[in-house]
Amino acid sequence: MTAILSTHDLALTFPTKKGPVEAVRGIDLTVEQGEILGFLGPNGAGKSTTLRMLTTLLPPTRGTATVAGHDLATEPRAVRRKIGYVAQSGGLDPQERVRSELVLQGRFYRLSRAEAEARAEELAVDLDLTELLDRTCAELSGGQRRRLDIAMALTHRPALLFLDEPTTGLDPGSRADLWQLVRRIRDEGTTVFLTTHYLDEADALADRLVVVDHGEIVAEGTPRALKERYGGSPEATLQDTFIAITGHGPRREESAPLAV
Amino acid sequence: MRTTPTMTAVFADSLLVFERYARQTLRSRINLIFGLIQPMLFLGFFGPLLRDVPLGREGDSWQILVPGLLVQLALFSSAFAGFGILIEKQHGIMERMRVTPVSRTALLLGRTLRDVALLVVQSLILVLAGVAFGLRAPVLGVLIGFVLVAVLAASLASLSYAFAMRVNSPQEFAPVINSINLPAMLLSGILLPMALAPTWLDVISHFIPFRYLVDGVRAAFVGDYGDSALATGALAALLLSAASLTLGIRLFRRAGA
Ligand SMILES: Nc1ncnc2c1ncn2[C@@H]1O[C@H](COP(=O)(O)OP(=O)(O)OP(=O)(O)O)[C@@H](O)[C@H]1O
Ligand SMILES: [Mg+2]
Repeated sequence: MTAILSTHDLALTFPTKKGPVEAVRGIDLTVEQGEILGFLGPNGAGKSTTLRMLTTLLPPTRGTATVAGHDLATEPRAVRRKIGYVAQSGGLDPQERVRSELVLQGRFYRLSRAEAEARAEELAVDLDLTELLDRTCAELSGGQRRRLDIAMALTHRPALLFLDEPTTGLDPGSRADLWQLVRRIRDEGTTVFLTTHYLDEADALADRLVVVDHGEIVAEGTPRALKERYGGSPEATLQDTFIAITGHGPRREESAPLAV
Repeated sequence: MRTTPTMTAVFADSLLVFERYARQTLRSRINLIFGLIQPMLFLGFFGPLLRDVPLGREGDSWQILVPGLLVQLALFSSAFAGFGILIEKQHGIMERMRVTPVSRTALLLGRTLRDVALLVVQSLILVLAGVAFGLRAPVLGVLIGFVLVAVLAASLASLSYAFAMRVNSPQEFAPVINSINLPAMLLSGILLPMALAPTWLDVISHFIPFRYLVDGVRAAFVGDYGDSALATGALAALLLSAASLTLGIRLFRRAGA
């Protein structure tokens, strides 16, 4: 297998008024081409910060990374052309219409106006947004907004897609739909790097898991291997395994039974 | 290999960004009115008081007041431009755009272009209202005035965007802009020419770049195109915009901003 992403000693410290916050403390990570990688960890573990570094939004304070074949520090623009990113809290303008958000995104990826319009229609069909094209983003439900976020990130058929908690706040039906979608995206050739707090989601979707806590990797492997190693048996629940790894009790979040 | 976008890409991207924000501005007409309220109030309720007051310089009182109000318009309209970015940051819109290959310089220039276009429209309304009150000025002079305030607006807007990239909340943003705007307005002789000021005040006001702009636009409004005040005003506008745009572009391109 070939790696589509690898990092070496990647770290980021936020200077804050109350002193430095070491959000990420030196992460060595590899993502293989074609896999779905689940990036887990409790609140504040440094997941979003890691993603924001890997997507060229935050400059690392230390370390290096190669993302989709390009060096993160010296070729950020080449990296941007090949990755898609859905932020934890989305990125839609409530006052804009769904169609105009999709078209502008296409234009940002250097499609002509006609191409961008065609691509918007195509993505709308793919992500079941056709009926919503002429609504404003403020008029979408949470699940619809999430699908639009993902559609925008797929505009240029990225080689690598980063999803930061894609299903938080969705009802079980919408979550199941989104899982299907993520699997389909992967089957069509895109590598997926996703964070989640839902262990059932990680178990169902991810080929491999990386668990972080306090800005460091504390465990990694296939769900099965982690259960065997930390949970005591391959039949252990991922929840017990997670608690064994991080030493944290599960924090119940919203209505999901298996959130940490 | 570090690839930088070509000039044409920056230009094309700026137009895309301009188009989006121009459309948003047209949709909410509040934007058009917001900056105009103060200058219009001064025009209607303060302007008439100056009619027979000796103002210490060439020109009718409207030819002195309206140029000041144009600069005030730029100060209030463009200095708050960054507010929009604060809202966009909260919605994650900035980050979403910044992970695409769109030129980061264009994200600034396109917005700034919108602010300049808005200001020119507002200036036109203000001058027409001035004419209704009794302003008479040569068309060429008025056009020169528009160019000067447009350059000023570009400077202020990009400074405002640059500042908004550095702060996280409107609560941090608004007080700073307010506390700069009012003294800047008073010290640049926007309402009354600084020729009336005592020496100490006049000296202080020479450190405020807007002062030169106000004087420059006033010279243009009386048709005094050879006046050194006009050249100085143009130079001040040019220097200010070069410095502001450089700073703004730097901040927009910086990865962490
Ligand atoms: N802009 C910032 N300035 C200062 N500190 C920050 C900033 N962003 C994040 N942090 C801190 O960095 C640490 C890691 O945050 P991060 O958002 O990466 O965690 P996370 O794993 O994504 O958590 P969650 O599951 O809650 O989303 C936290 O301690 C957080 O408070
Ligand atoms: Mg997070």
